[in-house]
Amino acid sequence: MPESTTKPLPEITADNKPYWDALSEGRLMLQRCAQCGKIRHYPRPVCDGCWSMKVEWVQASGLATVHSWTVTHHPFHQGFKTELPFTLVTVDLEEGVRLNAQTRGLDPAQLGIGQPVRIGFERVTDAITLPVIVSPV
Amino acid sequence: MSLREKVAVSGIGETNYMRGTDRTALSLTMEAALNAIADAGLSPRDIDGIIPYGLGAVAEDFVTNFGIEDLRFSATTPMGGASAVASIQCAMVAIHAGLCNHVLLALGRTGYSGVRIGARVAQMPQFRIMADYEMPSGAIAPAQIYAAMARRHMELYGTTSRHLAEIAVTTRRHALMNRNATMTKPLTVEDHQTSRLISEPFRLYDCSLESDGAAAVVISRSDIARDLAKRPIYVMAAGEGHPDSPSAITQRPDLARLGIAKCAARVFGQAGVTRADIDVAQIYDCFTYIVLCQLEDLGFCKKGEGGAFVMDGNIGLSGKLPINTHGGLLSQAHIAGMNHIVELVRQLRGEGGAAQIRGAEIGLVTGFGDMGDGALAIMRRG
Repeated sequence: MPESTTKPLPEITADNKPYWDALSEGRLMLQRCAQCGKIRHYPRPVCDGCWSMKVEWVQASGLATVHSWTVTHHPFHQGFKTELPFTLVTVDLEEGVRLNAQTRGLDPAQLGIGQPVRIGFERVTDAITLPVIVSPV
Repeated sequence: MSLREKVAVSGIGETNYMRGTDRTALSLTMEAALNAIADAGLSPRDIDGIIPYGLGAVAEDFVTNFGIEDLRFSATTPMGGASAVASIQCAMVAIHAGLCNHVLLALGRTGYSGVRIGARVAQMPQFRIMADYEMPSGAIAPAQIYAAMARRHMELYGTTSRHLAEIAVTTRRHALMNRNATMTKPLTVEDHQTSRLISEPFRLYDCSLESDGAAAVVISRSDIARDLAKRPIYVMAAGEGHPDSPSAITQRPDLARLGIAKCAARVFGQAGVTRADIDVAQIYDCFTYIVLCQLEDLGFCKKGEGGAFVMDGNIGLSGKLPINTHGGLLSQAHIAGMNHIVELVRQLRGEGGAAQIRGAEIGLVTGFGDMGDGALAIMRRG
């Protein structure tokens, strides 16, 4: 069995389908409350600012800065065993919400809070593309 | 209406803690529960309220096994490692409302021999957001998520792995005095610093154990508890606190602040005591860093000063705040914090054995779980 299929995959629902569809097309889309304009992430049904359930999707710039990170060495999941060690970075998106993803081409020893990075895309299956954290240039 | 000292812990019970068993979590849970009920001098049929952990045994199992004729109250407090301490608040409310007199809290697991802890997270509804948005990228286990919290704390405040080692080493020293601890060899700072990396900055000895065993506590109405077998340990106050963005740590405004920060002032206020009054503290220790962060969030030191606070023997048996006198989840066993409640009661009864804090009268116990939920109880020797 190819390794990609052994990794955990998200459950696509009516709430999050626009998010995953956009990633597959190489765009990072965020929910914006259609009533008060507050951007929220991860996708969910209700705005915690005004409780509106009306939502619109806006494209994120892909620009972000490092908030924190960890380098994982232990095989918590067989699907990721051959990739160890790998670096997971939590980033602050320019739009004010965060995202957690693996790095590609970044030296973990050089990471620091506030460091500029960019969101890239990596196809996992036909339906799922994941965000990855890459160098800003 | 104050709930101060309306209830007391009347009984405590444990099984032997193990790494490897063919027994079921149900059987272990029943053994610990029977031990706690006997310790209180009660009959299993006196139990009229039950708050099970939700894994291993449900309320119906106790009715079936104990022949309870009229179970008047049952609930669960699904907050992971904060569940056990949060259930003290739940029991307190139920008893004071007149619903029941003796509430059994019981927690058993086969965390070593059964489904391992890392593997069960994905199936829990409170982790749905993580399962959909973070696990596909390889953020599978709590260790990885908490590691990023610890990294941020280190970057902001200068906390180091050496500070975390102090917690691991101190806790191990306490475990060596406990005959029911699964870790039986000394641990040095060097052992910690050279142990394998799990998810940086966490090394092996920053992580708690996976254990088999069970612990249980009986909470009784205070006026009844006074006439039972053991000295009552009064619950001065108890509460729970939920962090911002409880279902995704990634989105939490302040990664270095846990849910317990929200209830700490409230619970201390209700108990009518200050931090200086605490003689002994059992702090939930799934990871060393989580201890350090809770000490700050509880107000024992300022945010960012936890590293300095744990040094110089301050958290040892003769320190200004002795913690985890049983060896904790790091070195006794991972019984999801029910063992912390049992140990606090032992200390306040004066049954702490080699690790007894002399003259301990007031102590606290914390819970931490499900990515940041917190719970806190302050107790007093009766």
